Amino acid sequence: MINFISGIGRYGVRKINALGRATIMLFYSVVGKPQFDKNFPQLIQQLYVVGVQSISIIAISGLFIGMVLGLQGFNVLVRFMAEGALGQLVALSIIRELGPVVAALLFAGRAGSALTAEIGLKKATEQLTSMEMMAVDPLRRVIAPRFWAGVISLPILATIFTVVGIYGGKLVGVDWLGVDDGIFWSGMQSNVDFWDDLGMCFIKSVVFAVVVTWIALFNGYDLVPTSAGISKATTNTVVQSSLAVLGLDFILTALMF
Amino acid sequence: MTDLIEIKNVTFSYGARKIYDDVSLTVEKGKITAFLGPSGTGKTTMLRLIGGQLAPDEGQIFFDGINVHSLNRGDLYELRKRMSMLFQSGALFTDMNVFDNVAFPIREHSSLPPEIINAMVLMKLEAVGLRGARDLMPQELSGGMARRAALARAIALDPELIMYDEPFVGQDPITMDVLVRLIKKMNDTLGLTSVVVTHDVPEIMEIADYLYIFSGGKVIGSGTPFDLKRSSDPRIRQFINGEFDGPVPFNYPADTPYLEAL
Repeated sequence: MINFISGIGRYGVRKINALGRATIMLFYSVVGKPQFDKNFPQLIQQLYVVGVQSISIIAISGLFIGMVLGLQGFNVLVRFMAEGALGQLVALSIIRELGPVVAALLFAGRAGSALTAEIGLKKATEQLTSMEMMAVDPLRRVIAPRFWAGVISLPILATIFTVVGIYGGKLVGVDWLGVDDGIFWSGMQSNVDFWDDLGMCFIKSVVFAVVVTWIALFNGYDLVPTSAGISKATTNTVVQSSLAVLGLDFILTALMF
Repeated sequence: MTDLIEIKNVTFSYGARKIYDDVSLTVEKGKITAFLGPSGTGKTTMLRLIGGQLAPDEGQIFFDGINVHSLNRGDLYELRKRMSMLFQSGALFTDMNVFDNVAFPIREHSSLPPEIINAMVLMKLEAVGLRGARDLMPQELSGGMARRAALARAIALDPELIMYDEPFVGQDPITMDVLVRLIKKMNDTLGLTSVVVTHDVPEIMEIADYLYIFSGGKVIGSGTPFDLKRSSDPRIRQFINGEFDGPVPFNYPADTPYLEAL
């Protein structure tokens, strides 16, 4: 019994320790005099790797999720002769929830795991240590550009997801199942508020971006530099950031709506 | 002669495992000093202590009269510009080609125009015989070439001290000889001070000016290659001659006797 309780205590202390180390890492990476001339090319490169290369998976997923939503929504609404509300249904569910959340989950799987593996491999092959010995701070030079790239990319990716998703819903609802075009769009227009819906969508995706990128980078930076350590850290990134996104989504939704 | 590095009564442990117990030694300016010892005696740890990546539990380490571990972050980074380290794996940045790897420290620490950086990098690459490989990526290099490229990067900023971490491990005899000669050449022509951590005895005996032999967290012997070869201390003889049987134990210390554990 005592062992069990002390086990819980040890676990808690270890987690809080890790949170502390993660905060220190983030603090030293982002706080300080900016070096635009050196870090800007890095940032552009990372925006390409983290953001641009994730566009296809985000757009394709968005399209299918919008299409499924259009199909399911239509099947339910048509029973009540309310298929005119399809535009509103598709737009609100994607903007408020699916857009930011699913984009963040996909981002964690596609870009987060890659970031963890890359940083982890750099650590395992002593690239980070050698940078430190060259008097270059790897937090500023390696972690910071990747962090900002993630924070900038995910909100844009969530926006792309949302737009494509809504068109997917329109494709199925209007073009295939025959909902009236005007009713579809005007229903959407009158029920989606710029600040309350789109603004909240943006805030959510920025929060998710910070959390997912932070988790991915810390898992890479803090891992045990062996092949088993890298694979464990990559898995941890996906699991932890998915759970964090879903949990935070509930909290943010409860606070906002 | 003056000492570039002075290590005074350093004690260091990883958790419960004591790596160094009250070690004191000096590294003379302009000379090649070697740290010898069996694998796992924490020779690399000593390099990290000198570079300020680890801090000793007790004792001080001085680099050119400056106490490395009394510095704040900014000053420590300034000090590190005067030293460099060649890692066992080479530690080349895998996302850059050889040229950019060598240019990296120059670009980071100076604002020289591209033509001058170009000339500097080509000079460093020529010194290690890799000018023709400047466009290759690190994964296209053989182990020996990667280490030479890393050496070119290590001397890019003309440091005063260069620390080699096991430079000969896993190299074929020809590459080994090339590296031995390079270390000697760099030390003599660039006026460097070199610290070489190794357990390849014959190679390092050729070039080292002074050697320290570590075992069990202590310096068990030191001297010039000539002194060590003539030493009568059985521990030193065992290591220098590479004998299995001797006072330096082969077994990792166990808590119970063998027969009892069975």
